[in-house]
Amino acid sequence: MGRQEQAGTAPSRAGTDERALYERMALIRRFEETLLELFAAGELHGTTHTCIGQEADAVGVISCLEPERDVVVSNHRCHGHYLAFTDDVDGLLREVMGRVGGVCGGKGGSQHLFAGNFYSNGVLGSTVPVAAGMALAEREKGSGAVATVFVGDGTLGQGVVYESLNIASLWRLPLLVVVEHNGYAQSTPSTLQLAGDVESRARAFGVATSRHDTTDVLEVQAAAREAVEHVRSTGTPYFLVLDTYRFSPHSKGDDFRDPEEIAARRLRDPLTVAAGLLGDDERDEITEAVERRVADAVQEALGAPFAATEAAAR
Amino acid sequence: MMRCGQALNAALHEIFERDERVYLLGEDLLDPYGGAFKISQGLSTKWPERVLPTPVSEASIFGITAGLALRGYRPILEIMFGDFVTLGLDQVVNGIAKFRAMFDDRVTVPLVVRTPMGARRGYGPTHSQSLEKLLIGVPGITVVTPSECHDLGAMLTEAVADDEPVFFVENKVMYGRPNRRPEGGRIGELACHEGEGRYPALTFSGNGFGPSDATIVTYGGMLPVALDAATELILEHEVFTEVVALGRILPLDLEPVLDSLGRTGSLVSLEEGTLTGGVGAELAARVQAEAWSALDGPVLRVATRDGIVPSARSLEDEALPGVEDVVAAVTAVGTRVGG
Repeated sequence: MGRQEQAGTAPSRAGTDERALYERMALIRRFEETLLELFAAGELHGTTHTCIGQEADAVGVISCLEPERDVVVSNHRCHGHYLAFTDDVDGLLREVMGRVGGVCGGKGGSQHLFAGNFYSNGVLGSTVPVAAGMALAEREKGSGAVATVFVGDGTLGQGVVYESLNIASLWRLPLLVVVEHNGYAQSTPSTLQLAGDVESRARAFGVATSRHDTTDVLEVQAAAREAVEHVRSTGTPYFLVLDTYRFSPHSKGDDFRDPEEIAARRLRDPLTVAAGLLGDDERDEITEAVERRVADAVQEALGAPFAATEAAAR
Repeated sequence: MMRCGQALNAALHEIFERDERVYLLGEDLLDPYGGAFKISQGLSTKWPERVLPTPVSEASIFGITAGLALRGYRPILEIMFGDFVTLGLDQVVNGIAKFRAMFDDRVTVPLVVRTPMGARRGYGPTHSQSLEKLLIGVPGITVVTPSECHDLGAMLTEAVADDEPVFFVENKVMYGRPNRRPEGGRIGELACHEGEGRYPALTFSGNGFGPSDATIVTYGGMLPVALDAATELILEHEVFTEVVALGRILPLDLEPVLDSLGRTGSLVSLEEGTLTGGVGAELAARVQAEAWSALDGPVLRVATRDGIVPSARSLEDEALPGVEDVVAAVTAVGTRVGG
């Protein structure tokens, strides 16, 4: 089956051809680099957790979902998922910048987003049962929707994840758990966090699982397509583990990893991998367009007033 | 007269009959067991697809209930013992209570958590607590506290219809007691006024709401203790009190308290939770700020002694507030009409 045939028609969905996938990843990359620049320039208040280096996960997985129907629940590192699902650069940027026009009126900030069928929250693991409950709701409605929850390897330390996997399997919930395994829980390597192997945790509950060590968005997409089809056709959960790497710090200036380790992983930068499928001109054209789009959004946001206090009175 | 447990069970049947968006989740719900206190009995037989018996996984089922509520359902979560709410507090504090506000008022989380609090059954330190104090510190939820004299069915129905997340705090001892309702403005020897709203307060008076000596503010399972104290104060001390049984402690329903205070001038709070940082503390702070000039003296709190609720009956009785503690507090705040 050709990749193009996988495409849905919802306008906000990531395109399924290579160009669109690359474009979406480049947008997320440029957006988050810009956030870090804005922080450095003192233009941002609060915190941010970027997914620089992990963009293939968000874009590859979400390209297999239907934003009009499917539900996505994300975590503190949610910008990539949000942009891949909604394409709402202005709403997210203004939310993070605390300006009028932010998608949650400035109340949520970087980690707490809601739009359409997209939700994120900031406490690790807490999102998994919520997503399971949403999967249950959609099953009961007969909507055919898949609820996808993104977690990281750090979140696998939370007991509620396993309570929820058990219930999702027992109750046959259309839940896709995507583990973006970047090898670190904040600053602590997974060697100090995780015993045994990750997929066995899902298998113990009778949950289908697979693991993929790739930064190729097409490979991520293929794995996610299989996972989503499993959930949609059987109505049972799936535990998709994607090995990845974060080039950026956990948050802003808190990176103590070996620079050589980071440099080695940069050789597998998902943008570089995806760019290899495009011509140089095409890549440059996209890069330029994305830069312009983000820069324009920043200029407009900087001109917008700060979130009005009466809007936050609740 | 129906027992309180029966009234709640009957209400659940009506609620299920009327609204198919209502689901029930919790442990040991299936018939013939019907929940540890039998409040859910019969539901799983009539609506097997909407009664979901869960594993022993409170943290998860709080979250699942939230997910259902966010996506259009009106779930009820039965937590077997109020003590176990602690296992789901992350979901309450960081999710359920916050979703509506942090998502800019564009979602609602219409769920009800039903749970029994309270002691006097000898269940010991981890199955006897009254942890409402943990809940009233969580902005964004509503904490409803029916007593045996409230319209339990109506309040539960309102809670399920409420767009806000509601903790419906029941009381273990109350389940087996008659659901006494005011008739002709009276319950027994006392005049009883029922307030307005979804979760009204009940105010009792021994002298037809004439000037009295003190107001005892309480809620839930402590109401019978307050009423017994009020009766004893009249009979033994010729001291008249009003008793306010709050139907909602978050947001704190201050108006009936201030109203009563206007006739009494003194305030004693009575709760089954431990003393420090409890409902009485919040009440005292609010009342002194709102009605300093109406107070003849300090607000006194009667509560369970800070510490555990022991299992042995003699020790349990000693730890919990009783009639004599209320009488002593009312006597101590001073009386301006009687004694």
